[in-house]
Amino acid sequence: MNTATDTGTIARTIEGFKVRAAEEGLLDVAYTTADSPFGPLLLASTRRGLVRVGLPNQDSEELLADLAERVSPRVLEAPGELDEARRELDLYFDGKLDHFDLPLDWRLSGGFRQRVLRAIDRIPYGQTRTYTEMARRAGNERAVRAAGSACGSNPIPLVVPCHRVLRTGGALGGYGGGLPMKQALLELEGVLGGTSSS
Amino acid sequence: MTPLPPFQNVLDEHSAAVMGILRGAVGRDGAEDCFQETFLAALRAYPRLDDASNLRGWLLTIAHRKAIDFHRAKGRAPIPVAEVPEEAAENGLPEPDQGLWDAVGALPPKQRAAVALRYGSDLPHAEIAAALGCSPEAARRSLHEGLKRLRKELA
Repeated sequence: MNTATDTGTIARTIEGFKVRAAEEGLLDVAYTTADSPFGPLLLASTRRGLVRVGLPNQDSEELLADLAERVSPRVLEAPGELDEARRELDLYFDGKLDHFDLPLDWRLSGGFRQRVLRAIDRIPYGQTRTYTEMARRAGNERAVRAAGSACGSNPIPLVVPCHRVLRTGGALGGYGGGLPMKQALLELEGVLGGTSSS
Repeated sequence: MTPLPPFQNVLDEHSAAVMGILRGAVGRDGAEDCFQETFLAALRAYPRLDDASNLRGWLLTIAHRKAIDFHRAKGRAPIPVAEVPEEAAENGLPEPDQGLWDAVGALPPKQRAAVALRYGSDLPHAEIAAALGCSPEAARRSLHEGLKRLRKELA
């Protein structure tokens, strides 16, 4: 028995397997990594749409293990499934796209958190809102801390623009990708750090 | 219960071993198709897998089943054999031994798997046991029973 194998043939065979898996409807979670000015992003989608964006400072292995547990263990690297997401993000980072047109899969957030995130999804490019406003739009104005934690747990950052949510008074608040990234995104969108246009 | 890792990890960790074993079992030409069939079957069953502690043994068992299917479909050897036939082959390759093949295929599942894993994949008893989900003694017994039956069938 010879276990010395030609990696090229294996790679080709694996590609063929993935095509067949997708055709058979077995590709529950597809993922890839994409370059960004901030470092590599992890992008993951289901048949419903984009389900997870991992920021450069987040551990991809952990995110994938979490997807395996919470969505489906049928998780496969399949860059082709994320071509459109990657294309739109590239344009966004180049300042050439002010509205993502991607189907989203919200299943990783439930209840109040999902309502907060859906409200955040409607904040236009280049504008900011406060955590208080987001809490109100999600149906509970007093749940400001919960709204903040919903932002912090946003599974689809960048595309669902939680970086556009600031503290009342204009302080940056927090960001899963680190405050310098939040600041840079707001600058990219033409919002100066510390000024709120809401 | 060990949580199931993303299937991509399973593929990354075990694809070379599965391919190596399939090349041994069905030859280069059949190996690619058997490889895809193996991982498709694994992916189909994966979410319902109870125990993620021996993914390699699980995959090898599926691979052997696919190799058996392949030989059945082709109706020809090479196949995992306990003993190499003594007759000389015309072209330097062992003659297909359809009788032995049919006999292996007709063994009860545990014996068949034990024989295939021992002589096809060259696995030690402990790993056969892990693959079959039984004790090493039980694996040894399945192997022994399988070989005994083959000898009787082919005598």
